[in-house]
Amino acid sequence: MAVATILNVRDLHVSFDTFAGKVRALRGVAFDLHKGETLAIVGESGSGKSVTGRSIMRLLAPTANIERGSVLFKGADLLKSGEKRMQAIRGREISMIFQDPMTSLDPTMTIGNQIMESYRKHMRASKGAARARALELLDIVGIPDAKRRFSHYPHQFSGGQRQRIVIAIALICDPEILIADEPTTALDVTIQAQILNLMKDIQKKVSTSIIFVTHDLGVVANVADRVAVMYAGRIVEVGRTDEIFYSPRHPYTWGLLCSMPTLYETGERLYAIPGTPPNMLHPPAGDAFHLRNPYAMGIDAKEAPPLFQISETHYAATWLLDPRSPAAEPPEVIQKKRRSLC
Amino acid sequence: MLNTNRKKLLEVDGLKQYFNKGQKTEVRAVDDISFYIEEGETFGLVGESGCGKSTTGRSIIRLYTPTAGRILFDGEDIARIRSRAEILRFRRDAQMIFQDPYASLNPRMKVKDIVAEGIDLHDPAKNARERDERVYRMLELVGLDESHADRYPHEFSGGQRQRIGIARALALKPRFIVCDEPISALDVSIQAQVVNLLQDLQKSQNLTYLFIAHDLSMVKFISDRIGVMYYGKLVEVGPSEEIYNYGVHPYTESLLSAIPLPDPEYERSRKRIAYIPQPPGADAKLRAVAPGHFVYCTEAEATAYQEKRNKRVCS
Ligand SMILES: Nc1ncnc2c1ncn2[C@@H]1O[C@H](COP(=O)(O)OP(=O)(O)OP(=O)(O)O)[C@@H](O)[C@H]1O
Ligand SMILES: Nc1ncnc2c1ncn2[C@@H]1O[C@H](COP(=O)(O)OP(=O)(O)OP(=O)(O)O)[C@@H](O)[C@H]1O
Ligand SMILES: [Mg+2]
Ligand SMILES: [Mg+2]
Repeated sequence: MAVATILNVRDLHVSFDTFAGKVRALRGVAFDLHKGETLAIVGESGSGKSVTGRSIMRLLAPTANIERGSVLFKGADLLKSGEKRMQAIRGREISMIFQDPMTSLDPTMTIGNQIMESYRKHMRASKGAARARALELLDIVGIPDAKRRFSHYPHQFSGGQRQRIVIAIALICDPEILIADEPTTALDVTIQAQILNLMKDIQKKVSTSIIFVTHDLGVVANVADRVAVMYAGRIVEVGRTDEIFYSPRHPYTWGLLCSMPTLYETGERLYAIPGTPPNMLHPPAGDAFHLRNPYAMGIDAKEAPPLFQISETHYAATWLLDPRSPAAEPPEVIQKKRRSLC
Repeated sequence: MLNTNRKKLLEVDGLKQYFNKGQKTEVRAVDDISFYIEEGETFGLVGESGCGKSTTGRSIIRLYTPTAGRILFDGEDIARIRSRAEILRFRRDAQMIFQDPYASLNPRMKVKDIVAEGIDLHDPAKNARERDERVYRMLELVGLDESHADRYPHEFSGGQRQRIGIARALALKPRFIVCDEPISALDVSIQAQVVNLLQDLQKSQNLTYLFIAHDLSMVKFISDRIGVMYYGKLVEVGPSEEIYNYGVHPYTESLLSAIPLPDPEYERSRKRIAYIPQPPGADAKLRAVAPGHFVYCTEAEATAYQEKRNKRVCS
């Protein structure tokens, strides 16, 4: 069965002007989003996950430069669309849950008005209809006593409650694409499970495609059809969820999977990838991971690896997959984990 | 590794924190909770979103004036101090890493000044050079570097901001830190780095932590004891392995059954236990069901919980 693609991101390069110089946040991000799928994006803090989402929405800081690339949606390049078209798209066709819920809520406006706003604008709904829909969503995302709390301001809610209000706002118009940037990090696991189920229900109902950015690999295992792994402004590995968890091929992905606390006993020292994240003012030449990669070879310092294809759905950008490279085994912890599953 | 004769650094006794007290909009965010943390210990606090964890932490470091109760820190009742000078003195010892990193960082200050704020206040550097050096060292400890020092908070990713908050709290060399979701915005490798750092500092400087988090695998890993909160009350508390393996309160059970595990096969077949809230009985309080393991319940329920727990230990 051929998969229908709803969004193509191609060769996306984004930089920021700062006092200290140009921060090269994205350096050639490329991926497809299939209709109705959940694509998880995981990766190092600072690797460009949020900037990728914001680029698609065209909501980057004024100091940002989109240097190259395209984002195709319904036959048009969003990077070339006018602001008017983008306003019609945002919140309706594509909506985004931002990582920092407090900054996406207006502190001076009651949460009731904030939730109704986008519905009234896009659906041309009456105030009464918008209120009913808003209350329904608040109930669905688990804000108890929604009627009474409708007139409260953002600071009167807990971290997780704010995050749920933001989720309600993003979902109110049944978007075709939902970009969810760490949507459940502030939630306890039971409410998190409810929200994940809610997103799956909506996905089933209206076939929403979801880009799900998260650090929680347990959540990834639960929601994702496919996973993309980012490092230093690029996608370094992408594949079906099982492929990434059970046969990862990129050494950064190995390092990430080795750091999970579930693999360790209390009192043990957790594994952390050695070294520090790259300075994106001057990204390292060649494979940006080579300085921290125990498997690095001479070529890694010189030339960036292409994406090697491993299966029909699985790709990784590491020279280890070049036929000329010596065979490399993933670390013992990951192999042990895989064995314990069989 | 519970050491029974350590001193209690923090004792919270009957703490209540109500918002809009007496009004129609009253919220009983924290409603009569008691617990202690020994010096050098990590106490994990978990619970439903909105149940009052952050409020508990904020009351303890006196961002609020508690509605009722005592907060003994090193023997002194912090709940009763009033003057700003006294509160500032207390904050040399007790710091907080905030849940919302962006909101807690002054947007108009450079990262280096944010991190140096405490240094300037409590332990000023001899000159600008020494100040910079100390800031850079803190930044490196949390996986950032010198090149970040001159940037402003909005120029950072979510996880980078969170680490700025951690560096700021650590720069003060406090004895006690409330860590409110300190690692939730970090990738697992940097989480591991920060957790290793927190544990190293704990060993070398005998630091004490109140560790609030949603990631139960991490809470279990880092904490000596865990408290479970539900709707303003502490419903279960005990040694971390004990709670993780033999937690018996229905809310704890539902939490444990919902922990997402990094294993797609397992996730496809997982079963969750839903929690249906039940109003507590009239004589409900924390009662022991095993050594050091307490559940908020009535006397009759305590016996049932005890049996449930013992059966699980044997199976
Ligand atoms: N407004 C800005 N000005 C300068 N640099 C920025 C700005 N916004 C982001 N960056 C930089 O761009 C890079 C990518 O940031 P991004 O927010 O996409 O990271 P992320 O992958 O979402 O990380 P996290 O997991 O920590 O949220 C980082 O190095 C960050 O410091
Ligand atoms: N300033 C305030 N005014 C009124 N209500 C408040 C205020 N701050 C918090 N609350 C309420 O108090 C309760 C507890 O909030 P708190 O922030 O302590 O929760 P939490 O356990 O930290 O939740 P989360 O895990 O979502 O961060 C919530 O119902 C919240 O809405
Ligand atoms: Mg981000
Ligand atoms: Mg909180």
